[in-house]
Parts: sequence; C-alpha cells; structure tokens
Amino acid sequence: MRPFEYVRAETRDDAHRADGRIIAGGTNLLDLMKLQVETPERLLDVTRLDMHEIDEAENSVRIGALVTNSDLAAHPLIRKRYPVLSRALLAGASGQLRNKATTGGNLMQRTRCPYFYDTTQPCNKRAPGTGCQAIGGVNRILAILGTSDHCIATHPSDMAVGMRTLDARVEIETADGDTKLLPLDEFYRLPGDTPERETALEPGDLIVAVHLPDPPAGAQAYRKVRDRSSYAFALVSMGAVVSVENGKIASAAMAFGGLGPRPWRDHDAESVLEGETPSRALFDKAADVLLADAKGQGENDFKIPLTRRVVAAVLSDLTGVSQ
Amino acid sequence: MTEHLKMDEVQPRLLDETTQGAIHRPMPRPEGPLKVSGRATYAAEWKMDNAANGVLVRAAIPKGHYKVDASSVEAMPGFLGVYTDRMPRNAAQGTMNTNPAQIGDEIQYLGQPIAVAVAETFEQARDIAAALKIDYDRDDDVAAGPDTAQQVNEKDDPFDQGDLDRAMADAAHSVDATYTTKGHNSAAMEPHAALAVWDGDKLTVRASLQMLGYNRNELADSLGIDAENLRLLSPYIGGGFGSKLGISPEAIAASVAAKELGRPVRVVMTRNNVFETVVRRTETRQRLRLALDADGKLTGIGQENWQSNLPEEPFAEPVDLATHFLYAGANRRYGQHIAIVNRSAAGSVRAPGEAVGMLALENAMDELAEAAGIDPIDLRVANIPETHPENGKPFSSRSLAECLRQGAEAFGWSARQAPGARREGEWLIGMGVASAARTNILQESKARVTLNPDGTALVETDMTDIGTGTYAILGQIAAEMLGLPPEKVTVELGDTDLPKASGSGGSWGAASAGSAVFLGAKGIRRRLAERLGCTPEDLRLQDGVATGGNNRRPLAELMDAPLSEIGHLETGAKSNDVHQAGYGAHFAEVAVNTVTGEVRVRRMLAAMAAGRILNEQTARSQVWGGQIWGIGTALTEGLDHDPRTGHIVNNDLAEYHVPVNLDVPDLDVIFVEERDDDANPIQAKGIGELGLSGAGAAITNAIYNACGVRVRDYPATPDRIFSHL
Ligand SMILES: Cc1cc2nc3c(=O)[nH]c(=O)nc-3n(C[C@H](O)[C@H](O)[C@H](O)COP(=O)(O)OP(=O)(O)OC[C@H]3O[C@@H](n4cnc5c(N)ncnc54)[C@H](O)[C@@H]3O)c2cc1C
Repeated sequence: MRPFEYVRAETRDDAHRADGRIIAGGTNLLDLMKLQVETPERLLDVTRLDMHEIDEAENSVRIGALVTNSDLAAHPLIRKRYPVLSRALLAGASGQLRNKATTGGNLMQRTRCPYFYDTTQPCNKRAPGTGCQAIGGVNRILAILGTSDHCIATHPSDMAVGMRTLDARVEIETADGDTKLLPLDEFYRLPGDTPERETALEPGDLIVAVHLPDPPAGAQAYRKVRDRSSYAFALVSMGAVVSVENGKIASAAMAFGGLGPRPWRDHDAESVLEGETPSRALFDKAADVLLADAKGQGENDFKIPLTRRVVAAVLSDLTGVSQ
Repeated sequence: MTEHLKMDEVQPRLLDETTQGAIHRPMPRPEGPLKVSGRATYAAEWKMDNAANGVLVRAAIPKGHYKVDASSVEAMPGFLGVYTDRMPRNAAQGTMNTNPAQIGDEIQYLGQPIAVAVAETFEQARDIAAALKIDYDRDDDVAAGPDTAQQVNEKDDPFDQGDLDRAMADAAHSVDATYTTKGHNSAAMEPHAALAVWDGDKLTVRASLQMLGYNRNELADSLGIDAENLRLLSPYIGGGFGSKLGISPEAIAASVAAKELGRPVRVVMTRNNVFETVVRRTETRQRLRLALDADGKLTGIGQENWQSNLPEEPFAEPVDLATHFLYAGANRRYGQHIAIVNRSAAGSVRAPGEAVGMLALENAMDELAEAAGIDPIDLRVANIPETHPENGKPFSSRSLAECLRQGAEAFGWSARQAPGARREGEWLIGMGVASAARTNILQESKARVTLNPDGTALVETDMTDIGTGTYAILGQIAAEMLGLPPEKVTVELGDTDLPKASGSGGSWGAASAGSAVFLGAKGIRRRLAERLGCTPEDLRLQDGVATGGNNRRPLAELMDAPLSEIGHLETGAKSNDVHQAGYGAHFAEVAVNTVTGEVRVRRMLAAMAAGRILNEQTARSQVWGGQIWGIGTALTEGLDHDPRTGHIVNNDLAEYHVPVNLDVPDLDVIFVEERDDDANPIQAKGIGELGLSGAGAAITNAIYNACGVRVRDYPATPDRIFSHL
C-alpha cells in the first residue's frame, strides 16, 4: 500500500474532488490498494454524507449510495416489491462483507480476473496497452459476451444484475452540481479498446443513489450458479421478472451475471418470449438469441450451455412449465 | 534418569489398568481459551520494540536469472535493506534435516522468493518490495506444466508383481480408467511467519513450524551456523497441514536480515506468498486398473501416476501408498512419472499420497462394484487380505471390515437406491462409500516428566501443537499415569531447548510424543513404587494418592522434592516386522442439481479405527477436519496454473475455494474400539490424516449414485457434471 492522504468528506463538495478517490465500505478498494492494483494518492471517505436512506417516492424507490448491502436486502419494501434484488444481494459475498459493502461501492467493484490482480503481469485494464493474459490463460470465470480482443473481464456484482433486471437508474452528481440519471447499460461501458474505462463516471462524479421504478408485473427470481455454496462469485447468474396473462407471456425481463463486462441484458431475447405461450422450446429460442454472439475462451466454454440450462429452468419456474 | 524403550515387543496395556479416568474421554484443549481470546502469542505477534519488518520479494518471471538494484529503493521511507543472500528457492521438505535448495541468482518459478525487503514497518517494507527494481535475464524455455515438460523422471524401479496385463485380459470384470486431480494448497489459517533475534553468534527464531528438531538443523545448515547456537520457539501454530514441516523462506530471510542489520527482524508471508511459495500438493494423473474374477475376488491392481516438481526437489507424492496393502490381488503394478516444471515446489500437504491416491482408487473400486453388480461394501470386505499382499508381513490391528459394517449400519446404507432413483424436485440424491487407510508410523521421541510433591506435574518436550490437541493429550497421558486430574498437569511445548520429540507430521505425533510422555511417567511410577514398597505392577495412583502392597499414602508423603524422568522412545523391530495402519470407512449423501450440476453434501459419516483413542474430542475434531478436506478435494479445491508461465493465479482465499460453512453438513464420527499392541506402548495409531483418506471418494461415489455421472476429474465443479445430465 502506497502512502496516501485520508480526507473525511463532510459535504458533497468535499467528495467531488477530482484528485481523490472515493472510499465507502472499503471491501474492494482496500484489497486492491494493498496489492497496488489501485494507488490513489488521496482517499475521500464519504461515509458521513447523507446518502443512507431508502425513500419511497411516487412510482419509484430511491436507494442512497451508502445503504449497505445487508440493509438493502433486508428492507421490507425491497423484500416485498423487489425480491429479485433482495435475493441477488443475499447471494453475494458473505454476511460480514455485506454489512460493510455499500450500494455505490458494489456498483463500482472491479473485476475478479486473476491477471488484473497481479501487478507484475500484463493487463490492459490495469496497465493499458500491456496486453490481456486472460486470453489464452486461466479464464474459467471470465466473460463470453461483450468482450473484445483487449479484455474478457466480467463485472462480478450480483446486486447489479438484480438492478439491471428492474431497469434501475444510477443517480450521479457531477462536480458542478448537475445530476444525471443513467440506466445501467449506459452507466457501464463495454471494454472495446479502452477496458480501463469501465463506467460513465467522470473525475469528480459521485454516485448518490440508485432509482428503482415500480416493479414490472409478474413473478421475480434470482438464481446463481457457483463453485461453492456461499462466498463465491457467479459462474452464471440470472435475474428475471416474467408475467403471464391468459397463457401467454405478457412481459419478460432477464439480466445475467458472470457472462459479460456488465450485468447483461438483451431485449431481443426478451421479445422472443413476449406474446408467446411458454414452453421449453420457446425458452431455448430466447437463449439462442441471447447467446448468438457468445464467444468461449476455452476454459469458460461451459458457460454457454450452462446459461441455456439456467434460462430454461428459471423461466420454467416463473411460468409454471414443467421441465 | 531416563526410561527407555525400543519398540521391539508388544507392551502391556497399562493405560487400561490405570484408574484416574483422565484419558479416552472427551476433553477440550486447555489452550483453547487463550487462542480464542487472542492471548496465545503466535510468531508474528511477538512484541519486540526494535524489530524491523521484512517482506518477501517475488520473482515476476518463471525462469531465468535476476539481479536486484537496491539503490532504486534506498530513498524510500523506512528503508533498511534488501537482502538476497542464502534465499531458498522453496521450503525444505519434511524431515529433510538439511538446507532447502538455495540456487543463487536463478529463478525457476514465478512467485519464487528472491529477496527480502526490510523496513521499519510492514507497510513500508511491502511498498519497497513492490518498487524494487529487478533486472531479469529471461529464459523463455518454460515448462509451465506436465504437458509441456521436456524432462520426465520415471521412478527407477516401478514395482511389478505377477502379470497385470494378463489378469486384466482374463478378468470377469475390470476397470481401466484415468483420473486427474488439481494441485492443492494447505491454506493454513496462520500465514508463515518468523521473528529472528541474534545475540552475538546465538540466534533465536520464533516461527510457525511443525518439526523443531529437524527445522533447527535445516535453518542452521541454510545459514552456515552451528545448530547448537540456534534456538527455535514455536509454542502455537495456526495450522500446518504439511506446509510448515520444513524450514521455509521467511525464517531464513529473517535470520539473514537480522544479522546484517544487527537488530531483530520479523518476516510474515502475505496470503499471496503462502499460495505461491509454500509447498503445493502436485496435480496428478492416475491410471487405475482393477481386475476381478467371477467369484468377486480381485486378481489385479494397477496404479500409475504422473505428477510434477521442480528440478532436484527430493519429494514425490506417494500416490499409491495405501494401494499396496489395502486390498488383495496377486498381480500388481505401479509406476511414477515426475515432470520437471517451472511451478512452485511440490511437497507434503495433509495426507500426502492418500488424499488424492485414495480418491482415485476408491472411485475405481466403486466403478468395479457397479460393473460386477456387487454392493461396494461387500466388494471391499471380500477383498481384505490376510497378510500384506506384496511382502507377506502380518498386519497389526486392522478393523476395516468392522468400520465398513458398523458405518453402514449407523449411516443407513441399506436405504441406498439405484442411480437416478431418488429425486427431490431438481435434485437427485445418492449415497457413496469409500475405505480409509493410512500407514501408521512411529518416530523417536523424548519428553521430560516432572512430578511435584504438591500433586502437580510438568511435561516438557520440543513437540509442537499445530492446532491438533497435543497440549491436551500429552497432559492427559501424564495425568492418567500419575493419577492426577488433567488440570494439575502443565505442558510446555515448542522449544528446542526441551527434549527432542518427533514433531507434528505424518500423523505420528500423538503416538510418538505420547509414548515418550508415557515412558517418562512410567519411570516416575517405578520410583514411587519403590518408595511405597510395592512392585510397579501393584502400584495404583489416583487423585494424588498412591496405593500398593498394603500401603496407601498421599504423594506428598512419598516425596519431598520433585521427581523427574525423561521418557525416550525408539522405534524397533515392530516398525519393520508388522505392517501397521489405521483404517476406516467414509459415507456421504449428496444432492446433485440436474440443471446446474451443483453438488451439495447433505451428511457424512466416518467410522474410524485408530487404536486407542486418547481424547475423543480432539480425535473427532481431526476426523471432522479430514471430512471437510474431503469435501474440498472432491468438490471445490484446485490450484489454477497459468498455461504459459506455470504461475498459480488463484493465489488468494477468494478464488482458491476451501469449503465454507454452508458446504459442510452435519458430520458424524464413530470410533471402532481397538488397541494396537504392535504400534507403541500406548496402543494408539495416527488419526490426523486418516480422516481425509478416502473421504472425497465417498462424495464422488455418491454423485454417481445420485445421477449416474462418473466424474474422474477433480474437483467435481458444476461444469464437470451438468454437461452429462
Ligand atoms: C471475498 C469477497 C467475495 C465477494 N463476493 C461477492 C459476490 O459473490 N457477489 C458480489 O456481488 N460481490 C462480492 N464481493 C464484492 C463486494 O460486494 C464488494 O467488495 C462491495 O460491494 C464493494 O462495496 P464497498 O462499499 O466496500 O466499496 P469500496 O471498496 O469502498 O469501493 C469500491 C469502488 O467504488 C467506488 N465508490 C464507492 N462509493 C462510491 C460512490 N458513492 N460514488 C462513486 N464511486 C464510489 C470507490 O471509489 C471504489 O473504486 C465480494 C468481495 C470479497 C472481498
């Protein structure tokens, strides 16, 4: 860990300094600093700022950026109306970590690609232009969608998958006091040839909240496949909200973790479902569309058939089709 | 005085005559409260005001030569020095007793410790280690793994008995299958640490080590000093599992730096260091062949293995250790191939050999039972040999059949159904069984036992307690022999100034050091008998009172000064003439998810026979640990090596998956009553590794019974299962 300055932000303005790095729960940033994957010169501790509330507004819920993963998962409103989010949160990390981890920090957590973690090895995300060791290397947990020749990292968050399913928007306050509301697929960038740029945040920007619109009609589910029962990142995870009317799928939202550099959502795959009678064949067709551009890297090829199975199982559950 | 025994003959079962009741019964570890309240001081925690802190510098290339440029970091805050002198490539192998490989400016694997950076604080030292400029002369001819290795050493004389090919050709049923296992790390909770303090030419090192007697010689040899001048202290050890058997880089680096700087130096490994530099269990490929005749008798067994290690490293995973004696069969063949690779050193990780060898053998046995249509327990019981199938030696106590039968009864084995028959929603449920076997070893040991007139006693030995319960059982043995409540006995361990014992490893610690304590106490009993005027056989000691002949006297009246005896146990003819091993049976019930291939272990039971059980609680904890390691071996644990550099890339506890609480179900353990008269004077056998032997196979066999998928590549992660469902 390099020596750094620590500043406790007392006001929002303190947090907007472009020459500082925000720290919230610290569960990701501190690990990376110890390894010198991140070397901020100044930490801005935002945990005293007023961003701890969950507020119900008309047609939406606003979750403060400092609400912890534990509190969010346990909140009655979230459990009742957004169970996909509550379950996604509880499927992540461990009880101790969730007590510290915050909503803003969770969105901003960095990839778990092993090569990103080793500063003596090439990594385009950590050291732009040095190359990607994960391609042709150990990549069992890495991405099959949205990758580029420069980076095949996944975004590891479960929470973000739940939020993506629910059309959440991130509320960002810029240094000059403006506020933006970005849906998650605009918030997260694809790697292309600049994998070091992961989000739409500009220096000095602060995430202040996440907005959830009223939940879509239908049943909600979150399913996570992992290498051990707890405390492991997703091999594949899926959040879904599906409603069935008169025997036909009226609406469907599906988001995936473990597949891409951001929580993955594909509206084309969803439209395959809409207006149709649920059946295993239909679910497979949706999976075909979802995975049309999937590219395995060898060790992670299995994610393609595994995703198909998860799609079929989750949709079968939600629509009452027997498997 | 010394009470000496060379184990040439069966000894009387004195511990079944004594009446104190201190032994056998479950007793919590006396040092437990210290540990859970942070008052047991581990090596790195030792307070020393002027200690400097060192961090190991790791090689960033897998092969080549290096030179460090200390001037690149001299100006950094807290800088004290950067040292490369005598840096070992890796830890010494267990019981090596000499220095580990010290290869100068050469690099043979990525992550190799090549220097130690020393500063006032740990954080400064870590910073300096990261900033240090290193010039590499890179050699691109890297053997990243066994597949690309140019040099493969075959064991000179592969054991060959009869004609296995013929037996396979003639068999009524046979299995010829290849299994693979990934490498493993011990992942002990306490990272390796050392604090070195020089006083003139005398050196004291506080470290986390399993075998002080050997470690002292290894460190002295590494430093080029006289072992007489070196004292090691290791009273508390936060797990070892083989990774602390031999002296390792942090202790050598701390000693070198402390000498150079003229002040104490502490070196603590980071978790990444632990994964990258302590000995790993090699990955293995194993070809198993089993031949069965029409009567259900084994006629042939073959086990050939492929593994890897660094050049000149004197260790091979003894994959077929238990296969040699577990089952009958006239035709037998083994073979070993060691690829020379640029990966960290392979060495002992808990149950070296059995942990992976029994995983493959016991899966093959399950495949054979399936092929022959025989119950897996019946197949095993029918093939228990009368004498050692390769050298004809008699066996000592051998309760394998009892373990299988009693375990089956307790587990409810009769409810087992055909694969695919038991379904609960998406889950298929199945049961599996496997045998356990672990060679029993005795090692020379000494311990001093002192009885005080006030009815307290002291046990002293350089033996270690690596979290296993040594403090508890040595105190219990002394208490039982001297007729004292266990809380009256103090046990001092982990100091090379004390009489030298076996150290902890190879599951031999309890029996070896325990026998030394037994002998020391026996010497005291002899002297008390003399004073009381009775024969030692007639002496009864209980609750501080001696009875014998027609006398009954409190201890205080028999002695006005402490009585002290050194017990000295040496191995004897019994180690050679009789084949000794612990045996057991593992049972598992698992659920396999038919969508994802995820496996959940629902319950496990182990039936264990390991001679006299000295303390039911610590013994059970050892078996639990073995069962949990079995879950890791079968389902979750594996080192991932980069295919181009050989580097272990999952070098932290987030990505190297040891089982977590939710992976571990209720674990049942039953002990099958046994005394092993050939083993040692306390009739006990090792149990620390027996619980792991075969445990993983019970799980993978249960996977087959659940869903009909035979996994032969471990760990059995979801991707290795769902595609077959
Ligand atoms: C062993 C382990 C296992 C884990 N397993 C899982 C898992 O299974 N699933 C899962 O989803 N997660 C998992 N996690 C990750 C965990 O969820 C994240 O570490 C946590 O959510 C990060 O939140 P934090 O508040 O601690 O962030 P910090 O570490 O404080 O910050 C992380 C990043 O977010 C930025 N940041 C924080 N707040 C703001 C803000 N308001 N505005 C702008 N930027 C901000 C920081 O600058 C930093 O770059 C695991 C973590 C560990 C260590």
